Amino acid sequence: MKKETLFAINTIYRQPIPVHGLIFGSGEKSLAIVGSLRGNEVQQLYICSQIVKLLSRYEADGLIAPGKQIMVIPCVNAFSMNVGKRFWAADNTDINRMFPGYSKGETTQRIAASLFEHLKGHVFGIQLSSFYIPGNFVPHVRILDTGFHDLDLCDFFGLPYVMVSKPMPVDTGTLNYNWQVFDTKAFSIYSKETKNVHIDSAIQAIEATFQFMQSQGIIRSASPTEEGSYYPFHPVRFKEEDLVNVLSQRGGIFLHRSQVGDEVKTGALLAETLDPYGGNVIERMVAPCDGRIFFNHNSNLIGGHEVSCRIIPDNRASIA
Amino acid sequence: MIKKVASAELAVGEALVIKKNRIEPLGGAGENAKRVCVVTGTHGDELEGQYVAWRLADALHKNIQDLHGIVDIYPALNPLGINSIFRGMPLSDLDLNRIFPGSENGPMAEYLASEMIKDMSGAAACVDIHASNIFLRELPQIRINETVAQGLMPLARRMNMPLVWIHASATVLESTLAHALNSIGTPTLVVEMGVGMRITKEYGEQLVEGLFSLMSYLGIWSRKIAPTIPPIVSSDWQVAFINADHSGIFICEAQHMSTVQEGQRLGFIADPLSGRVMEKINSPVTGLLFTLREYPVVYEGSLLARILHSGSSGGGDGTENWMEACL
Repeated sequence: MKKETLFAINTIYRQPIPVHGLIFGSGEKSLAIVGSLRGNEVQQLYICSQIVKLLSRYEADGLIAPGKQIMVIPCVNAFSMNVGKRFWAADNTDINRMFPGYSKGETTQRIAASLFEHLKGHVFGIQLSSFYIPGNFVPHVRILDTGFHDLDLCDFFGLPYVMVSKPMPVDTGTLNYNWQVFDTKAFSIYSKETKNVHIDSAIQAIEATFQFMQSQGIIRSASPTEEGSYYPFHPVRFKEEDLVNVLSQRGGIFLHRSQVGDEVKTGALLAETLDPYGGNVIERMVAPCDGRIFFNHNSNLIGGHEVSCRIIPDNRASIA
Repeated sequence: MIKKVASAELAVGEALVIKKNRIEPLGGAGENAKRVCVVTGTHGDELEGQYVAWRLADALHKNIQDLHGIVDIYPALNPLGINSIFRGMPLSDLDLNRIFPGSENGPMAEYLASEMIKDMSGAAACVDIHASNIFLRELPQIRINETVAQGLMPLARRMNMPLVWIHASATVLESTLAHALNSIGTPTLVVEMGVGMRITKEYGEQLVEGLFSLMSYLGIWSRKIAPTIPPIVSSDWQVAFINADHSGIFICEAQHMSTVQEGQRLGFIADPLSGRVMEKINSPVTGLLFTLREYPVVYEGSLLARILHSGSSGGGDGTENWMEACL
């Protein structure tokens, strides 16, 4: 493993903050993995740290494929992480809205530009991402429908769900979108948590990344008996627009009565909201359709008109 | 009359309510009365519009006999943000001006955005007032996307603002209030002026005069108005961007809204720990210093100044990104 300082961020009264790339193997820029772009993405940092640990072993055992290079960037935003902020702590801008960046622009535009210089040109790109609404997800692969995307490759992660999203205007500044525009086959992996480490879903994300690397010939299997056995999995594919939002009407104390990943039937109890002063149930949220719970609001307070839950409906259009 | 535009219950004993003040002629507005919407408070740290909202309502009430249409004043699209000194939506840290036109079935912020659009839709004109953020001081200006410039320029010229900035179209700006309204045929101007977290009274007065001028142009205000200033239109000029190349403390040595000469000292970046000057900042062109750094702490890349000029140096290469950061 080579540890390279890709660039450093200099600020007044703090030590220079380096952005490190951990490089395994040599040759073709096969894969780049990016962890936390935001200061609260602790789960994403953890996942990357474990990927680095495992890849070090793979490299020591000669299991990185000849002519293939992998770069892992565990953390781009230590500046914010170390002071407990989600976005760039100086001006609250989001690095993941600044790609492809602008080297003569504002600070986060420059960071995005510096980072993107190192990320461009990889065959594959994986970003460990988080969502703006606080909540828990079923671990899944997300791909933006840019016209450059390769949906079938998502199957090789072995995760149970693949979500295809139509890019919104704000998505045009994301790493994933710009990677695709610049010819990298890009994927986002969403784990269950963001601010806290959730070991089980982290292991799922790590295994998915290694399965993908093996399926594309970037690494070889640690177990000789598994060599060549990585056939595409058949995940549930769906479009983001097909998700059914279960909205709250009332504000109060929010209690789940179901878990992400649960299969639910129409009318099944999903969650309840309690009167914060009296303790009585003031709203019961039930499944409006048969399906599987994809996302759950994870705060114990909720306002009216919030997404308490998102369901992958059984009855949806299939996508090829 | 104070009216509710949209609301959602919050978790504990409170509702988030977005309100507007509807001001109508004494005898009531006719069925086909024209309507002007004056909107502000999208970003909780931008307060310049608060003075304008108050001053406009006050002036209208005192001269109501001269009003012949409807004026809807929305002083706080993001009331929780203003209330808690927070630029975005406090619960999600979401920029409200990135989620328009919103969605009736989306999360709270998107739902509220869709209700706002519904409420403002169909107005003869809408003016969306922003201050700069806390970092920069801006000369009062109208900002217009180039795709709708032709239709909006007649309105913009009446706003009593010294500068009309016609900026390039950027995909990311399609999620702003102004874009959402313009795309459904409600002419919407964006005003940018002053600095975040402060009120610059003279800019507010200038804009209020511009609003009366606009209302007069639309035929809903019959009181004599003061002559308005003809704006500089950016398409006839170029903009030089000056960004910091070092982190430190910016000590300003130039006057905002003054003409600066090529090579003139605008300020320097100091390192108070070592006592060194990290960078001297000189103007690359001769022109109007219309944007100036207000907040002294700077980082590599922080915008320090923008200068409107007629020459070819300096470029405007970052316009799209800059607009994204400011609007």
